Amino acid sequence: MKTLFTACLLALLSTGVFAAGGHGPALEPANIDLANKTSLQRGARLFVNYCVSCHSASFMRYNRIAQDLDLTEEAVQSNLMFATDKIGDTMTVAMRPDDAEAWFGAPPPDLSVIARSRGADWLYNFLLGFYIDEKKPTGVNNLVFADTAMPHVLWELQGLKRPVYHTVTRPDGSEVSEIDHLETVSPGMLDDEGYKRAARDLVGFLVYVGEPAKLVRYRIGFWVIVFLLGFLLAAYLMKREYWKDVH
Amino acid sequence: MNAVTKQLTDLRDWVDDRFPLTQLWNDHMGQYYAPKNFNFWYYFGVLSIVVLAIQILTGIWLTMNYKPDAELAFASVEYIMRDVEWGWLIRYMHSTGASAFFIVIYLHMFRALLYGSYKSPRELLWVLGMFTYLALMAEAFLGYLLPWGQMSFWGAQVIISLFGAIPFIGETLSLWIRGDFVVSDITLNRFFALHVVAVPLAIMGLVFLHILALHEVGSNNPDGVEIKKNKDADGKPVDGIPFHPYYTVKDSVGVIFFLILFAGVVFFAPEFGGWFLEANNFVPANPLVTPEHIVPVWYFTPFYAILRAVPDKLIGVILMGAATMILFLLPWLDRSPVKSIRYRGPIFKTALTLFVISFVVLGYLGTQNPTTVTTWMARGFSVIYFGFFLLMPFYSKMDKTKPVPDRVTG
Repeated sequence: MKTLFTACLLALLSTGVFAAGGHGPALEPANIDLANKTSLQRGARLFVNYCVSCHSASFMRYNRIAQDLDLTEEAVQSNLMFATDKIGDTMTVAMRPDDAEAWFGAPPPDLSVIARSRGADWLYNFLLGFYIDEKKPTGVNNLVFADTAMPHVLWELQGLKRPVYHTVTRPDGSEVSEIDHLETVSPGMLDDEGYKRAARDLVGFLVYVGEPAKLVRYRIGFWVIVFLLGFLLAAYLMKREYWKDVH
Repeated sequence: MNAVTKQLTDLRDWVDDRFPLTQLWNDHMGQYYAPKNFNFWYYFGVLSIVVLAIQILTGIWLTMNYKPDAELAFASVEYIMRDVEWGWLIRYMHSTGASAFFIVIYLHMFRALLYGSYKSPRELLWVLGMFTYLALMAEAFLGYLLPWGQMSFWGAQVIISLFGAIPFIGETLSLWIRGDFVVSDITLNRFFALHVVAVPLAIMGLVFLHILALHEVGSNNPDGVEIKKNKDADGKPVDGIPFHPYYTVKDSVGVIFFLILFAGVVFFAPEFGGWFLEANNFVPANPLVTPEHIVPVWYFTPFYAILRAVPDKLIGVILMGAATMILFLLPWLDRSPVKSIRYRGPIFKTALTLFVISFVVLGYLGTQNPTTVTTWMARGFSVIYFGFFLLMPFYSKMDKTKPVPDRVTG
């Protein structure tokens, strides 16, 4: 029996070793904080100012945002919504899909669950990763999403950056030029730290939009498990009592 | 006896004259004698009933808001996650329940391998269990299409196209399964019907038969000793104890412990790092965009790895099918005179260890993009997987066994 367990354990460990070989560039962690409601509120503001003119979040309702982010419905209505929308509406987009297709080559995706398919870290690095590329119709390219059709919508906040290359020697001896880092060409309204904070706020909001229940499920889960632990103790004591007469 | 008790007793007697209520209770609970030496591995039977109940109940509530329509399905799942009261909890319980079902069933089946629970007189019990397992795989595959994400769509596309490898009728067969030339609204609608009505009915019927067969032959135990061979003056097995109350109270401890782990996943890690809910399935199904990396959910990956290990598609499909079907033959492949691993010799123990390793490694390889190295690894472990079964008639017979005691050892 013991050898069997050891063998299973070894098999599991060996799969872990294989899994350790990662791929793609390492992403800078987004370190979002869903408990920070003001950060989420700032993110919501950025989202409506910069994103919803092209991207919808068509599963997300405005009044749900009000309820979850400790805002009054009036505040949401005057700060986050277009006058024609109703508070119970979802975050739809004014742009017609046909126009979007013509302007960008692809309709901008709905962002309701983008944080769930891409992950917070990817989104954060995407927002930080724009650089000048004259070859692109939008004038920019992206470090984590090569040849993205999206223009650098947040350029007035971040400013514009250009890539700095360095030479890398490949295992076969050939030398290639790769992007080492980005440097600022023209500064934006925010400095680097300020822009990172803004990107973090926006990604935090997108993570919340991806799964509003995330704000409550940890807390509920904690109490469910506390209850079950108490129940487990009671059940165990009952089992011990009944089994006293089994020999 | 007070008045209320008397009335209740009268009511019971009234029912008993018309329906075998007390008899059923006694046959299956109050006077069903189970061996007193069940260990950890014996929790997984009751746990699979618990997970089945979770799946059926949460499934009913999901059905109240889910729309089996290619235009609406993805959005209706998100509607459940956001706008339906406690919808997120119901959905996560169901998605976690799917994976939990397979974990529990695989451990339940492993228990049978450890203690020879499939051996005479429990062959039919094992075969009925195997049919349940097949039905469960069908249920999981059908259900995975319903969220209508990219993995739902392309997973179904790949699996159904496998039927196309069958000579002569293959293409017609996969067309008949889909009801269309590609996976479409029609496919989604029929998968929904099968997932919520047909297969659950089959599973419940099979589970009923499985339990009926179990209670006919009696439970095996970690010693592989037949407790019915040692009865006291009243005709009760000396090593048996009534299922109720002894195992009902013991199983409740196990069930609650399981629910703690289950709640841990549901509330704290419902995606389980992408193993239970894949990131790509949060992208709506798009027939025009093929994902780079199509993999089934973890519980199918050992068989998927076997499929991919074979260069020829048809032989791959046949071997993948054979990998599950061969389990049906287990009672007749095992020629050992003893049941339990406690009294088996080193050859069986080694074979079982290798089998478990090959199953786990194949499962891992099935999730990875194939490379030359991993393909050869998958081939090697596939050989071990089949070798465990095909060589069993020989090694189980020649293996040195220890004497089996007359009574259970606790």
